[in-house]
Amino acid sequence: MSIASLTKAWQPMSYGFLDASAKRELRRKMLKAIAVPGCQMPYASREVPMARGWGTGGLQVTLTLLKPSSVVKVIDQGADDSVNAASIRSFLSKVSGAAETWDTLAASLIQSRHRIPEERLHAGQILVLQVPNPEPLRPVEPNMSVARQMHADADYGRLWLILYEQIVRSGRIMEGAAYPSVVNGRHVMTPSPIPRWDVPKLHMAQHLTFLSAGREKRLYAVPPFTKVEPLVFSDVPFKVEDHGALTCHRSGVSGFYMNEIPQDNGGSAFELSDSHLGIKAIRKAEGEADRIGATWYRNGQLA
Amino acid sequence: MVPERTVGMTQTLSLLPPQLMTTPPLLTMTGVSRRYGDVVALHDVSALVYPGEVLGIVGESGSGKSTLLRMMNLEDTPDTGDYRLALPDLAGNLFGLDRFARRMLCATRIGIVYQNPHQGLLMQHTSSGNVAERLLIAGERSFASLRARGRTALEASEFPLDRMDARPIELSGGMQQRVQLAKAIALEPALLLLDEPTTGLDVSVQALVLDTLKRLQRDGAITMVIVSHDLGVIRTMADRVMVMRRGRVVEQGLSDQIFQDPQHEYTQQLVHAKL
Repeated sequence: MSIASLTKAWQPMSYGFLDASAKRELRRKMLKAIAVPGCQMPYASREVPMARGWGTGGLQVTLTLLKPSSVVKVIDQGADDSVNAASIRSFLSKVSGAAETWDTLAASLIQSRHRIPEERLHAGQILVLQVPNPEPLRPVEPNMSVARQMHADADYGRLWLILYEQIVRSGRIMEGAAYPSVVNGRHVMTPSPIPRWDVPKLHMAQHLTFLSAGREKRLYAVPPFTKVEPLVFSDVPFKVEDHGALTCHRSGVSGFYMNEIPQDNGGSAFELSDSHLGIKAIRKAEGEADRIGATWYRNGQLA
Repeated sequence: MVPERTVGMTQTLSLLPPQLMTTPPLLTMTGVSRRYGDVVALHDVSALVYPGEVLGIVGESGSGKSTLLRMMNLEDTPDTGDYRLALPDLAGNLFGLDRFARRMLCATRIGIVYQNPHQGLLMQHTSSGNVAERLLIAGERSFASLRARGRTALEASEFPLDRMDARPIELSGGMQQRVQLAKAIALEPALLLLDEPTTGLDVSVQALVLDTLKRLQRDGAITMVIVSHDLGVIRTMADRVMVMRRGRVVEQGLSDQIFQDPQHEYTQQLVHAKL
């Protein structure tokens, strides 16, 4: 008997790129994050073949969750075809044998930057968001050890203070992306990359959401059917962006989050930020049998 | 049977001995000691403060007066000692409270004005925001009422309202102290702690701030503890005075008593030096 017969054949890398110990650590931290919704869990962020700030946090979580039967979708600013999204997606399938898709309904694992798809995610799907700055208290407390104590004490008064001063200065809340939200009535998290439009989609959602910051080495989660409430004053309601009345100039669809495209004449045109929804709508209009799933927003209103 | 004597035709006069006011003290501190390494900051200090009164604490630098005030604000815990506030739903030694209860208590029941405004204010936020922060900690979540209550508190501390949305860093020292004061009284605390509130202000501004404090005390019957090395301030403000030296209370009594007839050698020196 030789040693070679007892060992596995040599492979250039472990399954899913990360080594087993890295994945085990991440899994433990992900379970912890699910157990305490919205609470930031520190983890040892590993090297991945991508620069910090390009989604390394999300990538590590996705790599850990991958299996050969996974179907992955990667979104960058709402689009599936941007360079970053395309290369992350092909990397994921190369290291795991998982199938690639652009279709939100078909995907089992969605890694995203900036957007949550407009079509409702269903139970069993996992959304992984790449987070640049996981700490909602950073603008009010530069010392991270103190910020952690403030989280422990649920001392979030100063976050409201920021909103208060925005209303005093500008007459409305100016927070665009990263609108601080209370998860499960306890921890405030920053749903960092996504616009206000997408925050209500996390509330009592059927899917599991992971938010992971590779550079900051923190991950947190919103488990299915968990309350996510944006911070608001009792007399100043939470508002999403005024995109309900805009129409996409390519697909003719209206009532969703749009990208503004400046035109030569100084005006602007709008197109669907969720590019694959636009593609589906165009195909459908051309008579192809493409199914558009139920959407979170209908006619610009949260359904 | 109470003996009665008729005065004139209708009036009756009770012949009972005069009744003492028997209000229990609001603040009771007993046997507080604190050492920092070899330095004895406080040694067996006890203090009583009655509702509506102003207790002045005087002493030289390093006498432990600020440490004592920090203990009253629960910023520090002593090695031994007992601290109670006679407030509803607040029983037991307050030094035994956990972090969360302590923070709530400090935010809602105790107001503090520091000598250095940087210690008490968020300099990068607006003045009204600083007041609003207190209200937010206490759970106020309505923008309109935050604004209104902030305005009321700033008005009560005689802060010019047209500057309420300026950052404290842009304001003068006297105005910063007024913002601190507004923040401290915003929740109508049971106890107001003042740590050298007028030190570093020029005499005229000092007088104005003391005026405001005096008026607040008269209107709202707020219980105050004021720490100062300035006997003039203590004489103006305090009903009762506690003299501290090297972490011990050397003498205490009514203001007039201390200033007119000091018993302890150190107090005599202190009063004399002032005169």
